[in-house]
Amino acid sequence: MPERDLFGQAEFNMQVCNACRYCEGFCAVFPAMERRLTFAKADLRYLANLCHSCGACYYACQYAPPHEFNVNVPRNFAQVRAETYRRYAWPGFLASLFERNGAVVSLATAAALALFLLGTFYYQAPAVVFAAHPGGDFYKVIPHNVMVWTFGLVALYVLLALTIGFVRFWRETGEPMHEFVVPAALGRGLLDALHLKNLKGGGDGCPYPDEKPSHARRVYHHLTFYGFMFCFAATCVGTIYHYAFGWKAPYALTSLPVVLGTIGGIGLVAGPLGLLWLKSKRDPDTDEPTQFGMDAGFLWLLLLTSLTGLALLALRETAAMGTLLAVHLGVVLGLFLTLPYGKFVHAVYRVAALVRAALERSRPMPNVTFE
Amino acid sequence: MPDPARTYDVLVAGGGNAALCAAITARRAGASVLIVESAPKAFRGGNSRHTRNFRSMHEQPTDVLTEAYPEEEYWQDLLKVTGGQTNEQLARHAIRTSATCAPWMVANGVRFQPSLGGTLHLSRTNAFFLGGGKALVNAYYRTAAQLGVEIVYDTEARDLEIRDGRFHSATVANGGAERKVSARTLVAASGGFESNIPWLKDAWGPAADNFLIRGTPYNMGRVLRVLLDRGAQQIGDPTQCHAVAIDARSPKFDGGICTRVDCVSLGIVVNKHAKRFYDEGEDFWPKRYAIWGRLVAGQPDQIGYSIIDSKAVGKFMPPVFPPVKAGSIGELARALELDPAALEDTVRRFNAAVRPGTFNHAALDDCVTAGLEPPKTHWARPIDTPPFFGYPLRPGITFTYLGVAVNERAQMLMSDGKPAANVFAAGEIMAGSILGKGYLAGFGMTIGTVFGRIAGEEAARNARA
Repeated sequence: MPERDLFGQAEFNMQVCNACRYCEGFCAVFPAMERRLTFAKADLRYLANLCHSCGACYYACQYAPPHEFNVNVPRNFAQVRAETYRRYAWPGFLASLFERNGAVVSLATAAALALFLLGTFYYQAPAVVFAAHPGGDFYKVIPHNVMVWTFGLVALYVLLALTIGFVRFWRETGEPMHEFVVPAALGRGLLDALHLKNLKGGGDGCPYPDEKPSHARRVYHHLTFYGFMFCFAATCVGTIYHYAFGWKAPYALTSLPVVLGTIGGIGLVAGPLGLLWLKSKRDPDTDEPTQFGMDAGFLWLLLLTSLTGLALLALRETAAMGTLLAVHLGVVLGLFLTLPYGKFVHAVYRVAALVRAALERSRPMPNVTFE
Repeated sequence: MPDPARTYDVLVAGGGNAALCAAITARRAGASVLIVESAPKAFRGGNSRHTRNFRSMHEQPTDVLTEAYPEEEYWQDLLKVTGGQTNEQLARHAIRTSATCAPWMVANGVRFQPSLGGTLHLSRTNAFFLGGGKALVNAYYRTAAQLGVEIVYDTEARDLEIRDGRFHSATVANGGAERKVSARTLVAASGGFESNIPWLKDAWGPAADNFLIRGTPYNMGRVLRVLLDRGAQQIGDPTQCHAVAIDARSPKFDGGICTRVDCVSLGIVVNKHAKRFYDEGEDFWPKRYAIWGRLVAGQPDQIGYSIIDSKAVGKFMPPVFPPVKAGSIGELARALELDPAALEDTVRRFNAAVRPGTFNHAALDDCVTAGLEPPKTHWARPIDTPPFFGYPLRPGITFTYLGVAVNERAQMLMSDGKPAANVFAAGEIMAGSILGKGYLAGFGMTIGTVFGRIAGEEAARNARA
């Protein structure tokens, strides 16, 4: 068999799979593949982002290595996805941040951390930073306006970068922009993402981290994602309290923002820990080793965010609050800054691919009638 | 390597579906079981790793099967494909028992799904395995290991000590090392000899060198040979094998399902002299694909070329290799290394013979040729719309029919017709009793599952007696 480059192998894999089809029941990739007879790069980029890298098709594959066809869809599609992350990144010159992404994420976080610590100690007297503030009033250490401006601007930038990435992905699929908001397909795609339908492996779960089917990855991903969403909800509620009702933080332990944040924080501890644990045990046959830094970097960052957040909450009335606040905000800033240049982008392209797949399913089968 | 000091209750030779069904059943019945699989772990499972479904009798629709498939219809289907070369008692036993297999399979880790895209014609009769045959094999190995079945890979049963119809021990080889394994019973579930080219040559002569083998190179038929040499009753035609026409560019071994080429009925097929040699539109492709291996094997150099034009694109399951493509028939001939004038002549005469009709690939339509030898009796349309496409074809050997005879208890019969004392057979190695000729999709897995379970149960009982 000839040596193939990345897209050459991806195209060959899909030709093998399309002639075989045994894996059709595992996930959305194979039914989407069956709507095609040829596989251009744009098709492969779309299919690769539809792939959740669960490994079910690899273990079931008659053509997996050491077979000479060398079909390893999870690994090959992981490599194609990495290419798409660079390809759709905005601004383009930052695409290289996806290379050695673990180091990039670590350095960015360290820099953000340093910024907050130095800024806090520069602008604030040590007596204020190291004092215990009744009720845990952190605006005494870092003023509300500083937080709002810093994170508001960064959030806008992140939103812009991710939106441009999404538009680039969607355009390359060849679908008009307005097709993304067709309610039925959008709803179906979001639903598939929200309950991780494609990590069910057709019922018993996916063979992750090893050959045995299990729902572990789905559960830990849910903890991570919904933990993240609870934290986000806590921030939103806090913002509404502040601007709509004039209720200023800190809020009581039983208040809605704190309860939401605490639940989210716990999810964001358990989820990333579980995913890191599974990752450490993953069968090297299905993994893409060059992606370890990116995956692990993001998970560690989420874990640091939740741990520092929970520590801040627990110790908010002590003298440690000021320092912990600077540390937590530094980590959160590191997380925000690297969102468009790290593992987080998978969420954008995965949802877009799932919506596209739902859109395709709503249309008649094109040009392929075998019966 | 297995423990030479130990005497196992059941030694299972082979590592495919029938072997695993036997091993799991025997172990659940309390027997100590050793599986010796000649393939390495990555290629375990024999031909089962390439299967995809299970033909199942059923009276009512199930979660994955539509309508009903009663015993009589199943039996008639079998009678048709075998032309009567079957054993009604064993066949009906397999058919009836197939109705009870699915729950057992599910309990041992197999998962089913509705029929795959492009296989609607099987949705009533065949239950598809989620992930295909290798997923089934993986599930059974996991279950077997959990139950405490010992499994050794890369280990071939080379010789069997059988005296007066009683099995005593097997000589197994792992790499260079040979070792004797003692067991109270033997389950022979090691398949046929489709990968054994010298053996195939006995029947086919040098032509067998041009055959491609659809399974792994480990289906050597060693146990079958030894059993026949030790006095087992032979069943099935020793010269016959199930052969389909597959893409000539496929690997020598283990190309499996994806190498098939399904456009024969949509165009014409020529030999290396660019001449047609058989009616491409005789019947629906699912009913005819299995004769084309033999047809191509009968042509010079065992090669054929399926030629279609762009009207056929998208009307058949996509083959694994892209077609050879050209703007004219002459150009296509050159790309396929055929004589351009000869192919142009064949296509011209074919096109001229095509009568007007209403093309319908889903029915036996009225698109026929007139005054052409051989005729094309359905789906004949002129090959006139560029681009033109060609797929080179070779015989792809799926399995062989030669086997050992068994009774309803899966006991292997000796040449005097009496059952061997403690030898049982299941799967392809005894399938020739039921399927003497032809093929019925998913029936091999039915025979393997039904007789594998019987063999396991009987062997466990025999070992305790």
